[in-house]
Amino acid sequence: MTDFKLTPELENYIDECKQKEEYKSYLIAVLHKIQEVFGYLPQSMMEEVAERLEIPTSKIYGVATFYHMFKLKPEGKHAINICLGTACYVKGAQQVLNAFETALKIKLGETTEDGLFTLKSTRCLGTCGLAPVVMIGEKVYSNVTPDDVAVIISSYKNR
Amino acid sequence: MTENKMVKLIIDGKNVEVPEGTSIMHAAEVIGIKVPRLCYHPYLSIEGACRVCIVEVKGARNFIASCATPVAEGMEVTTTSPSIRQARRDIVELILDNHPKDCQTCDRDGNCELQRLAYAMGVRNRYFEGERKNYEKDLSSPAVIRDPNKCILCQRCVRVCEEVQGVTALCQAHRGFNTVVMPAFDLPFSESVCVTCGQCINVCPTAAFLEKESTKKVWDAISNPEVTVIAQFAPSVRAAVGEGFGLEPGHNMEGQTVTALRRLGVDIVFDTQFGADLTIMEEANEFVKRFTQGGKLPMLTSCSAAWMKYIEQFYPELLDNLSTCKSPMGMVSALTKTFYAKKKNLDPKKIFNLAVMCCTAKKFEAARPEMADENGKAYTDAVVTTREFVWMVKSQGIDFVNLEKSDFDPVLGFSTGAGAIFGATGGVMEAALRTAYEIITNETLVDIDFVPVRGMKGIKEAEIDINGTKVKVAVAHGLGNARILMDQAKNGTSPYHFIEVMGCPGGCIGGGGQPYAGTDVIPLDQEMLKARAKALYDIDHGKVLRKSHENPYIQRLYKEFLGEPLSEVSHHLLHTHYKQRFPKGI
Repeated sequence: MTDFKLTPELENYIDECKQKEEYKSYLIAVLHKIQEVFGYLPQSMMEEVAERLEIPTSKIYGVATFYHMFKLKPEGKHAINICLGTACYVKGAQQVLNAFETALKIKLGETTEDGLFTLKSTRCLGTCGLAPVVMIGEKVYSNVTPDDVAVIISSYKNR
Repeated sequence: MTENKMVKLIIDGKNVEVPEGTSIMHAAEVIGIKVPRLCYHPYLSIEGACRVCIVEVKGARNFIASCATPVAEGMEVTTTSPSIRQARRDIVELILDNHPKDCQTCDRDGNCELQRLAYAMGVRNRYFEGERKNYEKDLSSPAVIRDPNKCILCQRCVRVCEEVQGVTALCQAHRGFNTVVMPAFDLPFSESVCVTCGQCINVCPTAAFLEKESTKKVWDAISNPEVTVIAQFAPSVRAAVGEGFGLEPGHNMEGQTVTALRRLGVDIVFDTQFGADLTIMEEANEFVKRFTQGGKLPMLTSCSAAWMKYIEQFYPELLDNLSTCKSPMGMVSALTKTFYAKKKNLDPKKIFNLAVMCCTAKKFEAARPEMADENGKAYTDAVVTTREFVWMVKSQGIDFVNLEKSDFDPVLGFSTGAGAIFGATGGVMEAALRTAYEIITNETLVDIDFVPVRGMKGIKEAEIDINGTKVKVAVAHGLGNARILMDQAKNGTSPYHFIEVMGCPGGCIGGGGQPYAGTDVIPLDQEMLKARAKALYDIDHGKVLRKSHENPYIQRLYKEFLGEPLSEVSHHLLHTHYKQRFPKGI
């Protein structure tokens, strides 16, 4: 596992929280800051927070898994956002999502083992005329069909 | 808090007056109504997870959980009506529909709170077939296994682990349908802070937690003619095993247990209480040495297996305070394969040590490298819980309750009253004081009942005058209570010289391997624990010899084999040292 260390800013922030009366209630705020820095919540950092805020690791894990906004794994190099808004959905976005899941061998929300792709869903991107829409980085793919999926993926493989 | 303010309300047409803050559930009990319930436990915080205890409150929009709602002035409550009955039945049915249909082959069959409740609520068919959760069982721990498929998310295990034991090994991870009770980071149980006390098993209404079974290797050993199977059983086993056969708590079934073990095919039956007497010889002398010659104080007892794992993880800085004595089980097992084997000309490799324990953590202890011989082979070959022993007996068609009593085998089978009380909280302290007093003063102790260290209070303290010096002792049972005393010791503010800690509430009698509470008894029930403890104190009272150092077989053992307490042989076989363990407990 990669070795993580709290940045001085994070250390200061946790110390500040520790001064407060109900310091344990700052857990979610601290986790947010950690995710801002590392992009997700590494286990070693949750263990560090546990020790500093005197909150058992199991409690922290409970909180971290309860809220969808916390990520427990690093996001892939490329986040594939599939729009599941009404228009895209009607035009077959679910089939597109299924095709991505099959091709990448992961489920929605997961990251491929090679760390290249994370599969995410999104709501309306405001380009319903192009439905179904998939967004990877800044690039928008329009009128996507399940047949396009393999081509899209392979175009990112060597980047 | 204005504790005395009374609130008047109406429950099922009857006037009830209860103190402010009382829950509707408890107010109803005052007039003899026991609202059906599942996740509720009187010694744990209110969860309100199962919704089985719903009642109707006039003016409220929905049915409300009576465990989680305090009474209010003028409240009108209905606890039973066709629609409430229907709703409760639906709730239980919905719980069942995400639960395996394997009652007949389940460990809790006949002893399952969910099964009982479903019957009581009138569930006779299952109408809601839906998605089912499907998780791997966690078999990684040598002591406690976890089967999330049986879990109904009542959170009793999570609560007992945090609130009673202060271990907090478990959490409720994820949400909604995907909620699972698991250790932090979904790590295997064996890599978590779990201390293997088994209290989660005791409070679980289903079979989501169980002991790791060890009976197969016992059957194998018994049927192998080349192997001498030597059994021992803990003090608390005799005080609770009867409950597994339908008796009320508090029957001493010592003689029947010896007979049953022989009927199962065990060759020799020794008593863990002999080991308890021996532990006292070593531990009392160790205390006297530290107390009179200067050594790490407060000295902490070291016989509770869950407590050992707890201190290694939660208070490693106090490991030097720990007595170096092995547990009574560890001592008996080490002696059977050395002293006894030599005496009887037995090949130690062909001895199978079976320990019947009230404890799940003893399974963990038995497998510890600290408890193995110089070749790394465990001295104790198998630990079965009281529960496992009960089914082994039942499976052989042995009429346990009506068995004739028999005596232990000689040498390691004789014990004093001091050995018996080891099983109850405060017992080790009392037994140690009986011996330590006489070692220091060289006088006979006349009043040997140390009443202040008895009973179910979480932390007990006492002061004993020994030769003009006040010896301050404390006793804690349940690791949450131990934490309070350990924080003192860590800060250097502990006023005590000697502290006894037992991992489980009530001591070993409340161990994680004891028979499940009966139909009308709740797990952890104080009255049940008191009845079991009384059985042990009665054994003590009934004995002529009640001080460990008066045990003639112990005296002979020292003369023939060990030399004297804390001798080199003793240190080699009966003592050990513990190290810090990770993950660190918080």
